[in-house]
Amino acid sequence: MTLLKEPDFGTPARPGEATVALTVDGVAVTVPPGTSVMRAAKEAGVDVPKLCATDNLEAFGSCRLCVVEIDGVKGTPASCTTPVRDGMNVRTQNERLGKLRRGVMELYISDHPLDCLTCSANGDCELQDMAGVTGLREVRYGSGVEAGANHMDLPTDTSNPYFDFEASKCIACSRCVRACDEVQGTLALTIEGRGFDSKVAAGAGVPFFESDCVSCGACVQACPTATLQEKSVVELGMPTRTVLTTCAYCGVGCSFKAELRGDELVRMVPYKNGGANEGHSCVKGRFAFGYASHPDRVLEPMVRDTIADEWRTVSWDEAITFTARRLREIQATHGQGSIGAITSSRTTNEEVYAVQKMVRAVFGNNNVDTCARVCHSPTGYGLKQTFGESAGTQDFRSVDESDVILVIGSNPTDAHPVFGSRMKQRIRQGAKLIVIDPRRIDLVRTPHVEAAHHLELRPGTNVAIINALAHVVVTEGLVDRDFVARRCEDFETWEAFIAQPEHSPEAVADICGVPAEEIRAAARLYATGGDAAIYYGLGVTEHSQGSTMVMGMANLAMATGNIGRAGVGVNPMRGQNNVQGSCDMGSFPHELPGYRHVSNEDVRDIYEKLWGTPILDEPGLRIPNMFDAAIDGSFKALFVQGEDIAQSDPNTQHVFAALGALELLVVQDLFVNETAKFAHVLLPGTSFLEKDGTFTNAERRINRVRPIMAPRTGKQEWEIICEIAQAMGYPMHYDSTAQIMDEIALTTPTFMGVSFAKLDELGSIQWPCNVEHPAGTPIMHADEFTRGKGRFMETMYVPTSERSTRKFPLILTTGRILSQYNVGAQTRRTANVAWHAEDVLEIHPHDAEVRGVTDGDLVALSSRVGRTELRARISDRIPVGVCYTTFHHPVSGANVVTTDNSDWATNCPEYKVTAVQVDLIPASVVADAVPEPVVAGGNR
Amino acid sequence: MSGGVPPYVRLANEIAAQFAHRPAEDAATVIANHLKLTWDPRMKQALIRYAESGATDLSPAAALAARHLQGAL
Repeated sequence: MTLLKEPDFGTPARPGEATVALTVDGVAVTVPPGTSVMRAAKEAGVDVPKLCATDNLEAFGSCRLCVVEIDGVKGTPASCTTPVRDGMNVRTQNERLGKLRRGVMELYISDHPLDCLTCSANGDCELQDMAGVTGLREVRYGSGVEAGANHMDLPTDTSNPYFDFEASKCIACSRCVRACDEVQGTLALTIEGRGFDSKVAAGAGVPFFESDCVSCGACVQACPTATLQEKSVVELGMPTRTVLTTCAYCGVGCSFKAELRGDELVRMVPYKNGGANEGHSCVKGRFAFGYASHPDRVLEPMVRDTIADEWRTVSWDEAITFTARRLREIQATHGQGSIGAITSSRTTNEEVYAVQKMVRAVFGNNNVDTCARVCHSPTGYGLKQTFGESAGTQDFRSVDESDVILVIGSNPTDAHPVFGSRMKQRIRQGAKLIVIDPRRIDLVRTPHVEAAHHLELRPGTNVAIINALAHVVVTEGLVDRDFVARRCEDFETWEAFIAQPEHSPEAVADICGVPAEEIRAAARLYATGGDAAIYYGLGVTEHSQGSTMVMGMANLAMATGNIGRAGVGVNPMRGQNNVQGSCDMGSFPHELPGYRHVSNEDVRDIYEKLWGTPILDEPGLRIPNMFDAAIDGSFKALFVQGEDIAQSDPNTQHVFAALGALELLVVQDLFVNETAKFAHVLLPGTSFLEKDGTFTNAERRINRVRPIMAPRTGKQEWEIICEIAQAMGYPMHYDSTAQIMDEIALTTPTFMGVSFAKLDELGSIQWPCNVEHPAGTPIMHADEFTRGKGRFMETMYVPTSERSTRKFPLILTTGRILSQYNVGAQTRRTANVAWHAEDVLEIHPHDAEVRGVTDGDLVALSSRVGRTELRARISDRIPVGVCYTTFHHPVSGANVVTTDNSDWATNCPEYKVTAVQVDLIPASVVADAVPEPVVAGGNR
Repeated sequence: MSGGVPPYVRLANEIAAQFAHRPAEDAATVIANHLKLTWDPRMKQALIRYAESGATDLSPAAALAARHLQGAL
């Protein structure tokens, strides 16, 4: 089986109707205006030799291999940079052209090591291919070391953990430089020098690792030779087969070609036809897959009677029997509602569906929740209330048509880098950017991107500022009255509410810390700048008013008519790969699959008939409620699928107390994580490389996850769930994952037309997929909202109860970093730790100075609920009075200090606002440079 | 317990604070409906019992909502 080679048309496609007719080597072809001759030739089935051209980059015209003859045109123009004209007659092959091309190739080869047989790119080298295509048989100038002046003694840069830069093989085609510019948008690479001295350089000639390079790998993919090559290919050799699958990191949901030798994964190559990523990737998706084969993986079930005991490795039968027996015993003793489960946004839709079914049909309650509780549950609530559907409105491609982009509480270049690149490209094309964030994220000012407005608000004041923006829209006559009249309801009540003086920019300026005029200017730009889109993240949802803020953004979008077409909308940037899917699959304790309330008798009836068992009509416990009930004694057993709640959930000591109070904790995961330290049963899980199923990304895109190897544990996770259900006396069985999706489609209207066969046919599908939209729905609410009329909601600003005081004078907010993912369980087990080996505390120079803290000092971070230690990084990216950290490492355990404040509507924790104090730990006290890990039982 | 009151009391008060700008009866209806749709039965029952106990930690709107909730269950 050969590698899946996607056709390369040489230059990007041009939009529009195909109206320009020409002839290439006697073949007639019609293409859109602006198409290159090279691309037209490819459309006609003619491959023009090329080296510097590739179809995800604009034409450059440097290699001179693609020269052609055109009737009426002097000389031999480069086909990549020559646009088509009507009636053009092109010749791509004749003796003259062949001679020219061989001359070019001779020059390239004279300055290239001729070590093809031992070269890491052997068989995958475009220079090698072109030598063959052009019929090169001799090199008059000598070749390799026999040649004259050459670059063959240039050193190889091996500084990057994942790829090498073998400068001696560089042909200076600039594809890598252009990919860094046009695909990634980082501009970390350049061509240094002129003429013969031209060479690729990272930054100002520093090693790759020390440069601005973000290791997205676009340069590696663009390189036509072995110059930029994955270390894994250098080590293992060329892959021999390809499986299309989906990344298991963030909510962008990138499609990848997993390229293997046998069952050994050699590299991940982003798939050009991937609906979400269209051939791009980030450092995590492309390179950080090594965790799947990390020696820490648990591959056999383990059991223990108490958490003080040592683990016993047991058979699957014993583990499943033990789990089922204990669950039933606990229910018999403490009641049907005394057990429950948490589903994972890292697992597939089918695995999540199986767990929620187990809870509802086998446990006989609705005590099922998902980790989306602690990230995007306010999105589900807020968008359902206003639009009628718990999901974002657009596809990613939509941003290409935005004129104004409003980013609130989201850091796309770090947390959703592939979409962040796309957004940056649109801004570079002229779209205006408004950033609302306490922190000066990279997007505020990065090469060729600068925000028109950065509203540097105080943490916790989102609702005040969104109301102020809406106030300006209403009071300055910027409402789209026609849209509102046709499409919405409850506008008048809302208009009267939002027009109140207490919501004016002048009234909230002191609350938010943002000048009123700046708020007014941003509101005017959003309302009048053309098509305006909102993108938001956990900096919106993880507040005590997260749901209010989501509704506030929906109000603003509706009031300005920015819903229902490309370029506009309200878009949640989902953190984990399957947050959308885990919510879609009925993981919330009050909703069955498809966001239908458990009290809905008609919906319950569907499942009761299919599952042959009654479904409880009352909501179950949410995750924080489970913790409270465990401490109170009414909740005794918990099944946790693929989540590390002991690290990820707020107020660590509270979580520890809850987990410690359980009579049975069952953890299904890849590693013995922090939660597993409290577990009685550890059921080894499967990595995404072993999974068979689907993930649903932030744009509602259902992507296939295909197994590239058999489960290393011997079982798929859904099979384990079925076996537990059976051991508990319920006949739950599926023959395949496809059969689970068929059941989802059968019972969930938004998934009505989805099947594995259709996904294989279409590549991916954005739900709703039904009779009206058999190929899916890229943009929601086009003609009417899902609930009919869009509903305006009053969004009162209620400040958080968490306040800074003299004892805790700073506000801590949290976020992510590019190289790590969530609690770091995966990325900490890859070479990504080279970029981020520990969480650090960003603190403003003024706040640092008054505490005697200098960069790199170890500091104590204390809040009302806990204390931890971190290294300080002095940074003016954050305002005075605010500090910031990430939550990727259990050693620092940021959640030791976060409170149990939560969103009023959904209980989503308020991770973004914690009053803290930072104290220097004197050098004399620092016995060890590494902080003590947070462990079960606490470290304070 | 958090801040000396049970979590469900604190949560009910936080929900009530969101609707403090609405007329009392109207707010209580909205709050009660929210609790009915999203809270586990044991939490709802606990809140109702707490409201019946006459404890003063519950905000007036939340207390009124608890009474509405009792009627709706």
